[in-house]
Amino acid sequence: MAEELMLDLRNIHKSFFIGTPNEFEVLHGINFTVNKGEFVSIVGQSGSGKSTLMNIIGALDRPTEGEYTLDGVDIEKAKDHELSALRNKKIGFVFQTYNLIARTNALKNVELPMMYAGMSRGERTDRARMLLEQVGMKDRMHHNPDELSGGQKQRVAIARAMANDPAIILADEPTGALDSATGRLIMDIFHKLHEEQGKTIVLITHSPELSQETERIITLKDGTIMGETAGNWPAIKAKEGM
Amino acid sequence: MLITENILLALAGLKSNIMRSLLTMLGIIIGIASVIAIMTVGNSITVMVNTQMQEMGANNLTVGVSAKSTSEESTTSGLHFGAGNRREMDTEDYLTDEMLDSFLQEYGDNIKYTLLSSSVGSGTAMDGDLYAYVNITGYNEDYMDYTDLTLLAGRSFIEKDYENAQKVCIVSDYFVNNMFDGDTSAALGSSIEVNVSGKYYTYYIVGVYEYENDSYSSSSTEDTTTDLYIPYDTARAQLHTENDGYESITLVTTIDTDSEAFADTVENYFNVKYYSNNEDYEVTVTSMASMIESMTTMISTIELALAIIAGISLVVGGIGVMNIMLVSITERTKEIGTRKALGATNGSIRLQFITESVVICIMGGFIGIILGIVLGAVAATYMGYSASVSVVAIVVAVAFSMGIGVFFGYYPANKAAKLNPIDALRYE
Repeated sequence: MAEELMLDLRNIHKSFFIGTPNEFEVLHGINFTVNKGEFVSIVGQSGSGKSTLMNIIGALDRPTEGEYTLDGVDIEKAKDHELSALRNKKIGFVFQTYNLIARTNALKNVELPMMYAGMSRGERTDRARMLLEQVGMKDRMHHNPDELSGGQKQRVAIARAMANDPAIILADEPTGALDSATGRLIMDIFHKLHEEQGKTIVLITHSPELSQETERIITLKDGTIMGETAGNWPAIKAKEGM
Repeated sequence: MLITENILLALAGLKSNIMRSLLTMLGIIIGIASVIAIMTVGNSITVMVNTQMQEMGANNLTVGVSAKSTSEESTTSGLHFGAGNRREMDTEDYLTDEMLDSFLQEYGDNIKYTLLSSSVGSGTAMDGDLYAYVNITGYNEDYMDYTDLTLLAGRSFIEKDYENAQKVCIVSDYFVNNMFDGDTSAALGSSIEVNVSGKYYTYYIVGVYEYENDSYSSSSTEDTTTDLYIPYDTARAQLHTENDGYESITLVTTIDTDSEAFADTVENYFNVKYYSNNEDYEVTVTSMASMIESMTTMISTIELALAIIAGISLVVGGIGVMNIMLVSITERTKEIGTRKALGATNGSIRLQFITESVVICIMGGFIGIILGIVLGAVAATYMGYSASVSVVAIVVAVAFSMGIGVFFGYYPANKAAKLNPIDALRYE
């Protein structure tokens, strides 16, 4: 079966302070692809360039050199407002620090990307309720972020990431600020989205153990890809009978 | 749609930090309130002056004899002793009946009334214990028509009264109450004697008019002085001034006449024909319309100057808003980064913060308008004017506070819009 490409990165370079004596290159020609429906992890120590890579994958930043195609869209040629629309519709961000909007309840937080997408009020409220129900946050949807625990906040953030039914979910250390039990819960939600809804998920982490839970592991070191290995997820899935 | 979202968001933001929001608004509140208060007071004075002057007659022209200002006097009066010692007004300097007749022959079509009056003086009418205070003034036929008294009983003056200088009078119902216990029929035909500083004048009552208590004098008491009307010629005969000229005459022009332009024509007519050889006196004509206009202009100039000074505090208020917006944007850098990651364009971030600043300013503006109206009304009432709110000022104030919101909100909002999403997301 011909796999459909979701991400296609070719010879991506990224340099900072270009044209100054401090100029330095962080990414030295990254090549990899992610197929539709894949659960991939990018693993690397701090300083390996994984944050820079994540910014490029998330269309928050542009590569200095190279070609990046996201769900058929050439990032190179997109204008700033087109990148905004791309982030809005094709990418669902999940951050380590949750990044929920303060003084705004869970429901409104989940509605936010749909508001920027121009969806009508009634439609987006219905969808936000549905998404919060999926992550088990139905009871607390009228609570503000400061009334929620870390795990609850991250569940709201995942619901928000799913708001516009994105092409990929980009999760940056989603369990980094959580205890292991809560982290387990969050990972289970990702697996559920992957298995039941066929979501493409890119997990960025420094933890080799966590990366084992995915289908494919891309190891980053000093701005280059050291290698790609298969993850343990198929085995775990088989064992747990999912 | 995004606008309503942003307004709700801004209101929620204001609510979450009430103290800061109020302090930020305070500058706008004080600025708008002082502008509105000043405009309200100014407006009240203008309305008041206008109605009072309109009552006096917007079509009135006053033709008066006044001293000529010679170039010699105006430049060297300080050096020449006696230059200011002009001669007293003499018989030949006054306006005469002949002048008036020939003027009316030429321009009679433009003149509705020629008002002549002669004051006999204030005095007391007495009859035993009964007394009433009166002002005795003689009015000509035109003046009686112009005044248009509301007669309750009897008649007005007839031609014979003027021609023969009959000693007849029209008194107020107030006078009748005091002197005849309100019995009008007893009053009509009776003679009354009025003592004006030692001189006694006797008149027969031919009519009773309804006294209109004007709202500006104290409420009527027993001692109110009312007008006692007598024919003009009677007054002149009693004062032995039948053959004297007039120092001033009031002309009422017809409605079709442009009284301001006509004033110049009248002035020219008298000066060229009768006063060209008079070295010391000339005729000047002033129109009520031009006086109203110059008064109104003066008041609005003062009002504008005060309002501009008050407006400066609005600018200070605006800077306060800008300052708080900058602080708020710095505090919310991470939120801005998150919004951008979720797909907010630069434009929607800019709109969000401009809306916030406009909401602060408009709310401040509304509070300011209410405060200003209250202050202005209190001040106007205290100064004795009936308060009248300037609608223009309110419209301008709302538009202005909105303008301040946009103007002082734009820079911070633009700064927020241009934040790099990566830096903003990383901001702690």
